[in-house]
Amino acid sequence: MDQLLNDFSPGLFFMQAIILVILILLMRKFAWKPILTSLQDREDGIQGALDAAEAAKKEMQNLKADNERILNEARAQRDSMLKEAKELKENMITEAKEEAQAQADKIIVQAQATIASEKKAALAELKSNVAGLSVEIAEKVVRQELSNKDKQLELVESMLGEVTLN
Amino acid sequence: MKVFQRSLSYIAIVLIAISSATLQASSGDEQHQSTGNPIDTKEEIQAYIKHHLQDSHDFVLYTNGETGHHVGFPLPIILWDGGLQVFMSSKFHHGETVAESNGNYYKLYHGKIYKTDAAGTIHDDGHGHPSNEKPLDFSITKSVVGMLLTGLLMLLLFSSLAKGYKKGPIPTGIARVLEPLVIYVRDEIAKPNIGEKKYRKFMGFLLTVFFFIWILNLLGLTPLGFNVTGNIAVTACLGIFTMVIYMASGSKDFWQHTLWMPGVPVILRPILAVIELVGFILIKPFSLLVRLYANITAGHFVVMSLIALMILMKAKFGAVGATGMSLVLSLFITVIELLVAFLQAFIFTMLSSLFIGMAVEEHDHH
Repeated sequence: MDQLLNDFSPGLFFMQAIILVILILLMRKFAWKPILTSLQDREDGIQGALDAAEAAKKEMQNLKADNERILNEARAQRDSMLKEAKELKENMITEAKEEAQAQADKIIVQAQATIASEKKAALAELKSNVAGLSVEIAEKVVRQELSNKDKQLELVESMLGEVTLN
Repeated sequence: MKVFQRSLSYIAIVLIAISSATLQASSGDEQHQSTGNPIDTKEEIQAYIKHHLQDSHDFVLYTNGETGHHVGFPLPIILWDGGLQVFMSSKFHHGETVAESNGNYYKLYHGKIYKTDAAGTIHDDGHGHPSNEKPLDFSITKSVVGMLLTGLLMLLLFSSLAKGYKKGPIPTGIARVLEPLVIYVRDEIAKPNIGEKKYRKFMGFLLTVFFFIWILNLLGLTPLGFNVTGNIAVTACLGIFTMVIYMASGSKDFWQHTLWMPGVPVILRPILAVIELVGFILIKPFSLLVRLYANITAGHFVVMSLIALMILMKAKFGAVGATGMSLVLSLFITVIELLVAFLQAFIFTMLSSLFIGMAVEEHDHH
């Protein structure tokens, strides 16, 4: 211990203290601070890149899932659209059919009505013609009768025969 | 930053230039010194090792044992003795002569500078220590040179690492080696002990201390012969820095638990407070500084002793046997010392962050 104390040099202690303080300050300013900052930055950068990669991976998975979902939706929509179109087609066809039927019925009814009215008119005309003819015949008969009885009958007979032929 | 770095390299070049110039000068100067034989007895080796373990005012690379000629260069002496006294250590001629500065006389005696008269008389205090007045010695000693060198090296290395990040996030070249070390200190030492939220504030101190101790420990294993971290003043300074830092950043909970421990009978609380305070102020920093000092000193001691085996065992095993044995053993211990160099830096930083972690911790209130 005596030896130890004797060896202790206050001057060296003082110089060492000064050198150490200056060295610590210089090293901190010119070496440790930039080194540690760069190391930290680099480590943060690496961590950031890893995190970003992880996030990208997750996002891609999400995207993939999304795509799948959208595809399925699109498929379902297409199916429903097809189904709708089919129904629409069938509806249209039945409607058209019904309408055509109705139209046809109407036309038939009209035609029948026309036929009936034509027939009536024809009958009426026939009747009036028959009446005129009858009057004519009667006139002629009357005139013949006035001259010849036999001839009168004959005439009536022939006239009637003509009429029935008509 | 660039300008700063460039000026740093200029300073380094100038320093090298000056030292090589003075190397020539000092080797010319010290011709006259002669101690005689090369070091070869047990006592001389012990004295040599002891001398190495101490701080020195010259930078001696090697000594020619036969001529007593030292090769190295002198270092500046800065004394505070009623005024600033600055001169080169070559004036002492390795303790042989008295140095004069502004009318004051100083003598280097067993690695320490004493104020003397013109003749350089050293008075004994009766316990084998000189009783002469010791001026405050702020010299640029060998240890200070080692610290400055380490600081310069750290600034160059780590500012280049910092600059590298401006070019891109991936380090290149030497930065590839340095970056994992910084991350190691951050993730293995600071974060687990201090906590994710608060570690950042202490990183400057912890990283600096870790690399400072480690590089100085490694420098001590080079043949340059530095023994900076095996110097009690240096480790004491480091330990006290840690102590000041954790005491200054103590949280409210820390002070409450230290000074007035909840959940303990009131009578015991003051006793506990004293124990805790002594623990934090004295024991913890003391354990830090002594551990580092003792490990490094012991390491140097063992390596040098094993190298000395070469000389001591020469008589028994012959030159080749002694050299081989010494080489294998000292190589083995040096490899272990490489590990210890890292381990001690790691342990110091680890314990510092552990103590800081204790101080900044906030307890859940039960």
